Amino acid sequence: MILQCAGLTVRFGGLVALDRLDLELAQGEILGLIGPNGSGKTTFFNALTGLYRASGSAAFQGEELTQMRPQRIYGAGITRTFQRSRLALPLSVFDNIMIGNHRLLRHGLWFNLFRRNALRAELEANVEKARALVGTFSQALVGRLFDPVAGLSMIDRRRIEICRALVSEPKLLLLDEPSAGMTHEETRELMDDILVVRERLAGLSIVVIEHEMNVIERVSSRCAVLNYGRKIAEGVYAQVAADAEVQKAYLGTD
Amino acid sequence: MTGFIGIAAIAAFSYFFLHAESQPAVLGLIAAAVVGVPLLGRFGWIERASRSLEANKLGGRIAIAIALAAIVWLFREENFAMLMLASVLFYTVACLGLTVQFGYAGVVNFAGAAFLGVGGYTSAMLAPHLPHVLVLVVGGLLAALVGSILILPILRTRGHYAALITVAFGILFRQFVEVNDALGGPQGLQVKGLDLFGWDLNSPIGELSFYTNYVLVGLALAALAFMLVRRLERSWVGLNLDAVRLDETACAVFGIDVARWKILAFTFGNFFAGVAGAAYAMMTGFVAPNSFTFADSLIMVSIVLLGGVGNAWGVALAAAIMLVLPEKLQALQEYRFLLYAVLVIAILMVRPQGLIPRRARDYFA
Repeated sequence: MILQCAGLTVRFGGLVALDRLDLELAQGEILGLIGPNGSGKTTFFNALTGLYRASGSAAFQGEELTQMRPQRIYGAGITRTFQRSRLALPLSVFDNIMIGNHRLLRHGLWFNLFRRNALRAELEANVEKARALVGTFSQALVGRLFDPVAGLSMIDRRRIEICRALVSEPKLLLLDEPSAGMTHEETRELMDDILVVRERLAGLSIVVIEHEMNVIERVSSRCAVLNYGRKIAEGVYAQVAADAEVQKAYLGTD
Repeated sequence: MTGFIGIAAIAAFSYFFLHAESQPAVLGLIAAAVVGVPLLGRFGWIERASRSLEANKLGGRIAIAIALAAIVWLFREENFAMLMLASVLFYTVACLGLTVQFGYAGVVNFAGAAFLGVGGYTSAMLAPHLPHVLVLVVGGLLAALVGSILILPILRTRGHYAALITVAFGILFRQFVEVNDALGGPQGLQVKGLDLFGWDLNSPIGELSFYTNYVLVGLALAALAFMLVRRLERSWVGLNLDAVRLDETACAVFGIDVARWKILAFTFGNFFAGVAGAAYAMMTGFVAPNSFTFADSLIMVSIVLLGGVGNAWGVALAAAIMLVLPEKLQALQEYRFLLYAVLVIAILMVRPQGLIPRRARDYFA
């Protein structure tokens, strides 16, 4: 198991946003996370990445995440995308992707100011790396590597966010609604591209939050359903979709 | 080619402007600029000129060097013009520091004049005792040190609150030197002229104005500061600073230590301000609390905004406008600040991104 959550809880004052969640993820597995709005899916991601304080336990390869700063969690190999894009809009595509590559770059002041030739070599290697990665998603986007992100379409921005999360070769990728604001066809393409990159990063595990049930059905090997911060069902898609409590949570029938 | 014409035009304009004595001439030149610059902008000439300079970097640099040398040569015997030019250069150094803080890392600093002051008072106290190159460095280091204490409350606050802390610090600094008799109180202190390895800058060479010496030192400092800031911007460090300014949450999630880079930017910038302040004080020959007021800090922030936030070239241009304009409008007496303020607002209305907006980072340029 790469990730083991036991009794993971997030409270905001009186509100319990995530209620004693128990969840396990095997290495290389793709887990779909579904549930109505406000059910705690994004809260779960924020707890895992250290943005929210959580009680209980979330062990990633044996390391306890609830005690770690977000920066260290990234260093341990967890990256994510955001439901609403959090790219640095005035910066170029390359810059945004390199923000995600922080772990693998040299940040010393002396190196950056005075060892310009070594820096140049590192830059060139990373431009190649970014080209190859972006090229998996869209060849057209490769030609715009040094254009500001602000001028790009929604789907391109989504692709760049995913590249930013993938470039540092993480072990666990958290995708927060990759399909938001995109057509079925675009979503399908995007998920296929992610699977292509996953082939190269042996053993990459993914948790994907998604409202599009056909995306979940296609890519995930297993899914978990949250409602009011609690896990109400878990299993393969067909089994979960047939669950009476899940249908009640989604459709509000009684 | 357009780039060279642009540089020549700016140089010629600077020459006539510095040369203009009568008020009608000064006002006429201002009017020409107010009408001409937006027109050139509208027809894309400014854009074309700066692109042409980017295409031919070496040529552009040589042209700028020639233009500067020509202006220095033409005014070599005139105290006023040389004093203005040297002031612009020292302010450029300090405001390049502010650019790193505010333009890159997004740490606002409304106490720029206080950090100039730390450098200036360092000069006053240490110039009689230490080699002056060392005094300049110590001035920068002390400004950086004072800043490293101020950064603690800044890191705990955001936006307007962080700005308010720096405002309070600027006022505190001025009060501190005013009531402190060891620092000369309200009268201030005399500062010895700069002496570089036995070259006394206060004794003029032949017929030349002694300020010409300071212009040369100012040019050297500004060139050094310029090179460091440009290199910083076009590196991973520059990328980290931009990331910190634009989205702290995204930074945290991708391992970027927000506090580390804010501290670096703030320290780096204050060092520049301290060095500039130390050199400036040696040129003017004295320091007093009234030279380091909140208004002076505001002028420094205005230079950064007017130039185009984060653009190093813009800083030099804006420093020239902000410092020379009020001096040239002397005859309008108290109305000069009114006209000057109106002009600044007018420029920002026509070019809301500043005179030369910053471009996307090109690491290899």
